[in-house]
Amino acid sequence: MAAVDLQDVAVRYGSHQALEPYVDRVGAGEWLGVIGPNGAGKSSLLKAVAGLVPSTGEVTVGGTTLRGLHSRRRATQVAYVAQDPLIPDDMSVFDYVLLGRTPYVGYFGAPTGHDRDVACSVIDRLRLGGFATRMLGSLSGGERQRVVLARALAQEAPVLLLDEPTSALDIGHQQQALELVTELREHRRITVIAAMHDLTLAGTYADRLVMLDGGRVVAAGAAHEVLTAERLGEVFHVCVSVDVDPDDGTVIVVPRRGFPA
Amino acid sequence: MTRLDDELHVTGAGTGAGDVPRTSTTPSPAGDPADGASEGAAGATSVLDEADRSERRRDVRWLVSGLAFLVGAVVVGASIGPAGPEWWRVPLALVDHLPLISLDSGVSEAEWNIVWQIRMPRVVLGGLVGAALSVAGAGYQGVFRNPLVDPYLLGAAAGAGLGATLVLTVGRDATVGWPIDPVQTVAFVFALCTVAVTYFVGAAFGGTRSGATLVLAGVAVVSFVTAVQTFLLQRNLDVVREVFQWILGRLSGSTWSDVRVVTPYVLVAVAVLLLHRRHLDVFRVGDEEAATLGVSVQRTRLVIVVAATLGTAAVVSVSGLIGFVGLVVPHAIRLMAGATYRRVIPLSILFGGGFLILADVPGRMLTSPAETPIGVVTAFIGAPFFVYLLRTRKVV
Repeated sequence: MAAVDLQDVAVRYGSHQALEPYVDRVGAGEWLGVIGPNGAGKSSLLKAVAGLVPSTGEVTVGGTTLRGLHSRRRATQVAYVAQDPLIPDDMSVFDYVLLGRTPYVGYFGAPTGHDRDVACSVIDRLRLGGFATRMLGSLSGGERQRVVLARALAQEAPVLLLDEPTSALDIGHQQQALELVTELREHRRITVIAAMHDLTLAGTYADRLVMLDGGRVVAAGAAHEVLTAERLGEVFHVCVSVDVDPDDGTVIVVPRRGFPA
Repeated sequence: MTRLDDELHVTGAGTGAGDVPRTSTTPSPAGDPADGASEGAAGATSVLDEADRSERRRDVRWLVSGLAFLVGAVVVGASIGPAGPEWWRVPLALVDHLPLISLDSGVSEAEWNIVWQIRMPRVVLGGLVGAALSVAGAGYQGVFRNPLVDPYLLGAAAGAGLGATLVLTVGRDATVGWPIDPVQTVAFVFALCTVAVTYFVGAAFGGTRSGATLVLAGVAVVSFVTAVQTFLLQRNLDVVREVFQWILGRLSGSTWSDVRVVTPYVLVAVAVLLLHRRHLDVFRVGDEEAATLGVSVQRTRLVIVVAATLGTAAVVSVSGLIGFVGLVVPHAIRLMAGATYRRVIPLSILFGGGFLILADVPGRMLTSPAETPIGVVTAFIGAPFFVYLLRTRKVV
């Protein structure tokens, strides 16, 4: 449906090469987990796809090249959830979710009844019905995260980019947010590219992992191939042990005391 | 476990939406437009339909209050003054002069001339100036997402001040015989040029990607321009009084020709900002988010800044530097009517205009026959009212 093709996508800030030319094909409905230490180029990759930073190379979504696309057309193809989104305290949940319909509203137009219906159905889907008229400032961290997700989903784009979607949440809300994304992905066949900090969660929820370091891909593949104790020691300078659940093959990364070898 | 479940209604992944408990749901009627949009759309729809209706009622209520306030301010502004007919006759005379209505108001032709030729230009100009400054302030605050921004931020006032000072000092001898006083024109041109310089300085360093750079560029340019103005003044102490009066802001002595001068610019500013109120709401979630929502952030910001600057420069060059209105009126409206620009923009126009008309009334009476500068009055009335709002209204 809407596979994402990345041809030599590279990002450069001045003299600093944040992302070396990156080549990948993310299948329709696939969840690609992007992991790596701080400054590895995860956010740069996502922002390049979202068109937020100048980049070279080519990104196509379902065969459509994003470069040169009108910004509103592009916004109907790719939705993006920032790492630390700005949330105006005095905006209602419904108004915020309705902003996700912006790409479908003409320059001087107003949201139509259909836009409102889409926002309503997303709000319901994310079990935010009781919050719709509340102000964003009165929500808890977990609720905000779902509201931001709702805004991105109201965009109805086939590709969803998540930049560390759960880094501000406790373990319960992390899981709930990721379960929601999984559920929505299956429901709507959305392609997800998510930068993630928690390696165990990344391995559990993503279909495939890519590990970046210094803007370069250092490993790619299934969780058990990418998440090995030696590689994590090299890349993250961390001392971990990696266990694999014998029943379902879940890869569990456990931090250990001491310095990496 | 139970608390979270109560709060989130999350009963596990893959659970169909059908058995998720809802906070307040009425069964959707057969013809519900949201039927089929997604299973369970009725939940939010029914809650929201009610909320939506009450929001629209609030929109209308505020719009009506704003219009009533403005009309009331116009009547009060026209009725009160040191000379002229008894105050209660003026509303009658105004009604009498409406087309198709005839009414005996007992106002003589001479008295009507005082009202129409002296008070009305002043009232209308006050309305235009207040509306332009308030709506420009709201627009600037919106595109820069900075609550401390006022319409003079990018240098419109400083530029106009320098322009006026130049004419009144070094240009005085050259322009003394001219048929029209060039102060307004030069002030207007300097205001626009100063903002343009700010914009290019801001764009050259750090780019226009970040609105913060532009705000800081404004600070630098304004202090430079003000320094030049101070230098000029210090060299020409004989005109300090004249320049100072110009800067303090006044509506006295306004004529219909002043009104005609500013009207087109104010109309442009008001129209452009009204048309962009939805964009200003998108700006509230940040430049990056706005960009991923398909808004071309830099272009939209430029359009709004240009429109707000045109309006500000025009009214500053006619009425001087009237502080406080552009900064505080939008905030007062946010506190009273809510922060959505859907409301803030139209209400800034109506309440800003009405507020300045009313603020001009004590100015003509307090120290009559001398005038109290209107900038003094706006701050004098406005500041305590704003403190009262801050204390009584919940901000979130």
